[in-house]
Amino acid sequence: MENLIALLIAAPLLGAAVLLVGGRRLDAVGQWIGTLLSAASFVFGLILFADLLGKNAEHRTLTQHLWTWISVGSFQADVTFRLDQLSMTFVLLITGVGSLIHLYSVGYMEHDERRRRFFGYLNLFLAAMLLLVLADNYLLLYVGWEGVGLASYLLIGFWQHKPSAATAAKKAFLVNRVGDMGLSIAIMLMFTTFGSFAFGPVFSHAGDASEGKLTAIGLMLLLAACGKSAQVPLQSWLGDAMEGPTPVSALIHAATMVTAGVYLIVRSAAIFNLAPDAQLAVTVVGAVTLLFGAIVGCAKDDIKKALAGSTMSQIGYMILAAGLGPIGYVFAIMHLVTHGFFKAGLFLGAGSVMHGMNDEVDMRRYGGLRKYMPVTFITFGLGYLAIIGFPFLSGFFSKDAIIEAAFAKGGTQGWILGGAALLGAAITAFYMTRVMLMTFFGEKRWQPDENGNEPHPHESPKVMTIPMVLLAFGSVFAGGLFSIGDRFLNWLEPVTGHSEGHSPISAATVTGATMVCLVIGVGIAWAQYGRKPVPAVAPRGSLLTRAARRDLLQDDFNHVVLVRGGEHLTRSLVYVDHTLVDGVVNGTAAGFGGLSGRLRRVQNGFARSYAVSMFGGAALLVAATLLMRAV
Amino acid sequence: MSATAVHSLWTTAAEPISKIPAPKIEYGQLSPTLIVVGAALVGVLVEAFVPRRSRYYAQVFVSVVALCAAFAAVVALAADGYGTTKAHIAAMGAIAVDGPSLFLQGTILLAGLVALFTFAERRLDPAAHGNRVDSFAAQAASVPGSDSEKAAVKAGFTTTEVFPLLLFAIAGMLIFPSANDLLTLFVALEVFSLPLYLLCALARRKRLMSQEAAVKYFLLGAFASAFTLFGIALLYGYAGSVSYARIAQVVDGTVTNVDPALANTMGNDALLLLGSALIVMGLLFKVGAVPFHMWTPDVYQGAPTPVTGFMAAATKVAAFGALLRLLYVVLPGMRWDWRPVMWAVAIITMLGGAIVAITQTDIKRLLAYSSIAHAGFILAGVIATSKDGVSSVLFYLAGYSFVTIGAFAVVTLVRDAGGEATHLSKWAGLGRRSPLVAAVFAVFLLAFAGIPLTSGFAGKFAVFKAAADGGAAPLVVVGVISSAIAAFFYIRVIVLMFFSEPRPEGPTVAVPSPLTMAAIGVGVAVTLVLGVAPQYFLNLASQAGVFVR
Repeated sequence: MENLIALLIAAPLLGAAVLLVGGRRLDAVGQWIGTLLSAASFVFGLILFADLLGKNAEHRTLTQHLWTWISVGSFQADVTFRLDQLSMTFVLLITGVGSLIHLYSVGYMEHDERRRRFFGYLNLFLAAMLLLVLADNYLLLYVGWEGVGLASYLLIGFWQHKPSAATAAKKAFLVNRVGDMGLSIAIMLMFTTFGSFAFGPVFSHAGDASEGKLTAIGLMLLLAACGKSAQVPLQSWLGDAMEGPTPVSALIHAATMVTAGVYLIVRSAAIFNLAPDAQLAVTVVGAVTLLFGAIVGCAKDDIKKALAGSTMSQIGYMILAAGLGPIGYVFAIMHLVTHGFFKAGLFLGAGSVMHGMNDEVDMRRYGGLRKYMPVTFITFGLGYLAIIGFPFLSGFFSKDAIIEAAFAKGGTQGWILGGAALLGAAITAFYMTRVMLMTFFGEKRWQPDENGNEPHPHESPKVMTIPMVLLAFGSVFAGGLFSIGDRFLNWLEPVTGHSEGHSPISAATVTGATMVCLVIGVGIAWAQYGRKPVPAVAPRGSLLTRAARRDLLQDDFNHVVLVRGGEHLTRSLVYVDHTLVDGVVNGTAAGFGGLSGRLRRVQNGFARSYAVSMFGGAALLVAATLLMRAV
Repeated sequence: MSATAVHSLWTTAAEPISKIPAPKIEYGQLSPTLIVVGAALVGVLVEAFVPRRSRYYAQVFVSVVALCAAFAAVVALAADGYGTTKAHIAAMGAIAVDGPSLFLQGTILLAGLVALFTFAERRLDPAAHGNRVDSFAAQAASVPGSDSEKAAVKAGFTTTEVFPLLLFAIAGMLIFPSANDLLTLFVALEVFSLPLYLLCALARRKRLMSQEAAVKYFLLGAFASAFTLFGIALLYGYAGSVSYARIAQVVDGTVTNVDPALANTMGNDALLLLGSALIVMGLLFKVGAVPFHMWTPDVYQGAPTPVTGFMAAATKVAAFGALLRLLYVVLPGMRWDWRPVMWAVAIITMLGGAIVAITQTDIKRLLAYSSIAHAGFILAGVIATSKDGVSSVLFYLAGYSFVTIGAFAVVTLVRDAGGEATHLSKWAGLGRRSPLVAAVFAVFLLAFAGIPLTSGFAGKFAVFKAAADGGAAPLVVVGVISSAIAAFFYIRVIVLMFFSEPRPEGPTVAVPSPLTMAAIGVGVAVTLVLGVAPQYFLNLASQAGVFVR
């Protein structure tokens, strides 16, 4: 059964190779090849899942050793895969949601000339992402990590003829490099500390290392997670990444790749559990980001950017939970899975709306679309209810669990983190209600575009709506399925461990408070956008609103601090290079040239002077030999 | 003179001839040298008896057969174990047959064969009066520009004597590194020097320059020989013998039976130091080390280019071989005296050659200074005083000699109306006109510069490593700095060839006969093989790295 693991990766990798190498011959069928191979991977995943379920909890770790990759002295890297409950969860999410989004893309990208290439990239992404979650050592994980970064870059910039898309791709790539540096440093630290970077040895010897080293490794892993998962301070690329085609936003920048940071932290639980300072940093990053993303989401009029802010915020919840340690690991992953369903559904819904509205993304030009797109409206609505935590939908269970866990952290920290999570829930309710109201309710506000084409909103084709419907099922039922009877907890606990915290307030109180926050958020949103007509042009807004529209000034900050600073640094380096380094180099060259010119004058062509030189040389030689004996 | 004394002389002379011990000569072990000498004598006879029209072919045939046969003899001796286990001293103590001897003899013979191809090239110059001409003067004795010269050209004369001369020079070079007493050393020195002086004077074009070069070379060479001979005399005074083994024993102080006639001088260290310094000086003159290098640029420039290539390669091999044997067999006991001096010579040779080369504008002079710098690099390996030092020098010499002959062979191809276009400005843009020739020359230059994947890198690495292991790390630092300086002017030529606009009245590249092509091809092949897969040859050099004592 272990041998199936490699096939999980091989199927989409084969698809990527065939589609990218195959050339134009495959243009007509490329999308189906990609979708089929993605589905094949999902089927392999299901078979393996059934196999795991048939075993005892402690025997649910399968490994497959393919070959030794690098072996230099004590530096040993193997291509080995590890399938346990944690990676199984990811495999099902990635291949399941991935296959649905492949299917959706068949409709969404129908008229794109470079469709074959798009599906090739999507398959490449799946292969890399599966490699990331199946790797049995950090170096192999790093390969997958870079692979998804590459796929993300290619897909954000897929419409490269748009300068904004090309720029966004470059931005995502550059910001991710910062995080990648963190991961590579973490791997180097692991090697120097443990002499290995395979999961087994690192986790079993974590207790032998000093806390300082573990904290350093943990912080570097956190830096990596911040880059990939768009957490503060490396969050700036995610909003711009919405330049990519919407299925990409749904799959990569909502459901799967951006959650790789959460995976990394939960996978490295053995390290974080022994490094409380690193854990604290993780929770702080999570709490700050969940508020940051939510605030940005409130101010955006671009539907995809509003959802991107929401993604950032929801991943903030997961990171927060992961930072809580064994209290939170399971809930981080559970929220990750439910979020995968409803956020992918929301993005596909947004894509469906854009599909029917001539690719318009400004929500101020939507309005009243529920009559024109009933299926989209219902699936999007269910996703909306799930994300705000409407009782008994998916988000209700998973988010509630995280808020409870945050309080259970105990002490002042618990109150602050729990309070932030609660506040986040209220803001989530506000901005998601705002999106819902502006898009599907109220008067229709659409206008002809610059070419004079009046949009004719219409429902999307079946190939697009079916995935949306399936994801909506997940949005509604996944949370209940996981939580009732603690199924998910029991499934994942052998890998991540679990402990109940000591919450200062009861679970019922937390649930009640969450409900109150929800009602307040929805109420304010309704008061602003439901009761009054939405202005077609955004009002100037308060200082906070304006800042939030500019992504809370993150780009301005980066520009002033990093870009300007970098420019000054390079300018001074260039100056030093030109004056000092070049000066020394040119000076040396001129010096030798001058010396050469002077020395060659000795070579005057007269045999007599050559003979004198020889005689002098001989005299010196003799004298020196005699002198050597004398001293 | 008294009557009794006269009588005694008479009676002594009248003793039966059998009282003089007959020398025991191991002809088989000396066969490489004997074959070449014999062929040279045959060449002289060819000049005397074969009709002028056929002489060229007869000479080339005799020379090629002789060199191949001699090389086969070297290989056979090496295969028979004379390089390692059966190494011994032949010909009554005059000639050492051991690893270094055989390795260097093999190198000299192959280099000589390749050089012979360039000597025999007759397609580069346009035919004069319907006769094919080579690089050598029609009639060496006629005054340049005179009527007799014109008549000789018109008659289609060629100086086919160059082939026996070349063979004589090679024969001397074969003996030089294997000479095991000082007199044999000196005789070998003169045997290979005198033909070279003559060959230098034989250029067909620019004859005055060629003759000037020959005169300079002869005068300075004679001057250096005098020093050497004086040094030999002093060493004889010191040790009472010219045999290497005997001198080494005296240096080590293991000799007790002092010849009463020499009791006053024997073991006098002043004689040893003076004598050895003067002999070493003579050898340094031959390898072209600073400050005994002044002849090199003038002679390299003036001599016919095939001769320059041969000289630059084979002379260096032979002279370094002799220097190694002298320092490792005769004078190891006083290495604390000669090492610091050789350090200084190596440093000024490396730096001097590299620095002065920067401002050269003539390709042949540039290569001459380059060869001086290379002599410095090789000296660094000599100074290592270890088995690795010997084998690294052997390897370096093998690689270097083929690069050198190949490079000078390329120089013969680039021509304008005045013969070879050696001024660097004429080489501008050569890479656009003749990409292949320029690329081949670039390979040779990169090998000179010691860029990886060429023999130059492998050799330089071996030499520097041996030097560093032998405690001469500062020397290696200077060596690397000089290599950097040298890289400048090598790569400048590459830049000139490939990245400059060709000049409108630039030179043409002659299409050579298969002979020169073979010389250049062998050069490139050896350069790349020794650069890419040097291990076999390094092992060979390492096996051959032990002198017989």
